[in-house]
Amino acid sequence: MNRFTIVRIPSLKDASNRVATTQGAVLRAGGIDLLDHMKEGLQAPSELVELHAIGGDEGMKLRSMDVHGDGRRRLGALVTLAQIAELEELFEGHQALAQAAAHAATPGIRNAATLGGNLLQRPRCWYYRHVDLVCLKKGGDMCLAQTGDHRYHAILGGGPSYIVHPSSLAGPLVALEATIDVRGVDGTVRTIAIEELFVGPTVDPMREHCLAPGEILLSVTLPVPAPGQRSAHAMAKEKQSQDWPLAEASVRLRMDGGKLRDVRVALGHVAPVPWRSKEAEAALEGQAPSAELFARAAQAATGPAKPLPGNAYKVPLCQGVLRQALHEAAQIPLPE
Amino acid sequence: MSEPANRRGAPKGGLTRRGLFRGVGTATLLGGCVDRTSTTDPGGHAVVDDATAPAELGPDRVPVRFTLNGESVEAAVEPRTTLLDALRLDLDTTGPKLVCDRGSCSACLVLVDGLPRNSCMMLAHDVAGREVTTVEGLSKGDELSALQHAFVRHDALQCGFCTSGMLISCAALLRRRPKGEPLTATQVQDAIAGNLCRCGTYPHVVAAVLEVASGKTERAGA
Repeated sequence: MNRFTIVRIPSLKDASNRVATTQGAVLRAGGIDLLDHMKEGLQAPSELVELHAIGGDEGMKLRSMDVHGDGRRRLGALVTLAQIAELEELFEGHQALAQAAAHAATPGIRNAATLGGNLLQRPRCWYYRHVDLVCLKKGGDMCLAQTGDHRYHAILGGGPSYIVHPSSLAGPLVALEATIDVRGVDGTVRTIAIEELFVGPTVDPMREHCLAPGEILLSVTLPVPAPGQRSAHAMAKEKQSQDWPLAEASVRLRMDGGKLRDVRVALGHVAPVPWRSKEAEAALEGQAPSAELFARAAQAATGPAKPLPGNAYKVPLCQGVLRQALHEAAQIPLPE
Repeated sequence: MSEPANRRGAPKGGLTRRGLFRGVGTATLLGGCVDRTSTTDPGGHAVVDDATAPAELGPDRVPVRFTLNGESVEAAVEPRTTLLDALRLDLDTTGPKLVCDRGSCSACLVLVDGLPRNSCMMLAHDVAGREVTTVEGLSKGDELSALQHAFVRHDALQCGFCTSGMLISCAALLRRRPKGEPLTATQVQDAIAGNLCRCGTYPHVVAAVLEVASGKTERAGA
């Protein structure tokens, strides 16, 4: 790693200004992705401005989880994946998030990696992560995955970059209609839908989120779950642990008079952004749940898929994990 | 497709789940009862004397003090020095192993305030004022812990390179376990899910931990 200075500043305002005005200064939360970039030589910051050093009420809000008076749940950006994973029973209706957190990375990483860092991490594409390769994400002319080895790359929404979004928590949060609070450099806090955080490659292939330097993701808020709301997350990996998913699905739904209502479907690790499948939602909304319906919805979800020559296997895999998540959320046993 | 492991009743970290959620109305109360070491900031960083003052460390060597296996230690390291490097190179504590250096194999696991952490993916200065336990700290001098004896009895190591990390994961699991609750094989498997063993000795590790958890340990050395 390059030499750098650790900067501990107790106030958000000063930390934000420091990053916005100092060449080479970056914010650090859990630091898992940041240290990885530095060790690989992809990034050489002059200063690490520590979010964990934020003190007082601001720091406590970053580190804590709480329930608003109206029942909304707020998770601070520094809450770790391990903390979220432990919440499954308390997270009635929001189980998908805890399930996703419980299967991300490894137990040791989950004790360090934060909610904010998980959402803002850079892609795991091996071309992007290779220091000697100049891909589209690093200012090059083309996505090297398109004509290279793209077995782990996008089947939906690909082009001009074919990365898959690396966050496992983003999908559940999209399905659960979460919002995020972002502190601007001028100190104003804006609340946006989680989907607006992510930037697709047609907008800007160099970035995956819309935050400017010095802007700070403060927290994620989950809406009050509707009565009877259920959610589920399912994924497929080559290894059961310490591996990145090949495909993930998160669903949220509730039952009303035997019909599915308020269905939201988000797919992960198949597109450059957490992929909301409105096709699957349309196929499910207002229908009576059944194995046949879920299979049709899964077909609909991958309808727009344009797999590359080397990753067509992801189409049926994606359908499979979506069916698994739907069966779990609707509490209908899987047919197989 | 892997079945999600059943986490109901799994040991719950150093955190109480109910303690994690607090009504907004109690925010001021909360301010007075933050236990930063384990309950609200398990992923947290350094504990510094005056956290209200801005501080800049480095880029040259700066002393960092923390508790290592029960003893207060100090090392003068650059901010870029990982905890793993500081332990191995500056503090002569070579139990944690450098293997992948990317948080992928867990051979470098240590306990930081009781939680397993990848020491290769932390900076040495992150543990200022905190308690670090390496595999050296699991035994009392030359006397191995019950878990370590069980590893020996069950032949839970082959080449041994993953063993210090395995022991840290398993020790954390046993320490977090609510008293009297039995452990399941799934819980042990979940706990060592990050520990890569190229020899494939996992079943023996699980057997060793379950034996210790059952309390029916044969006498050490037997």
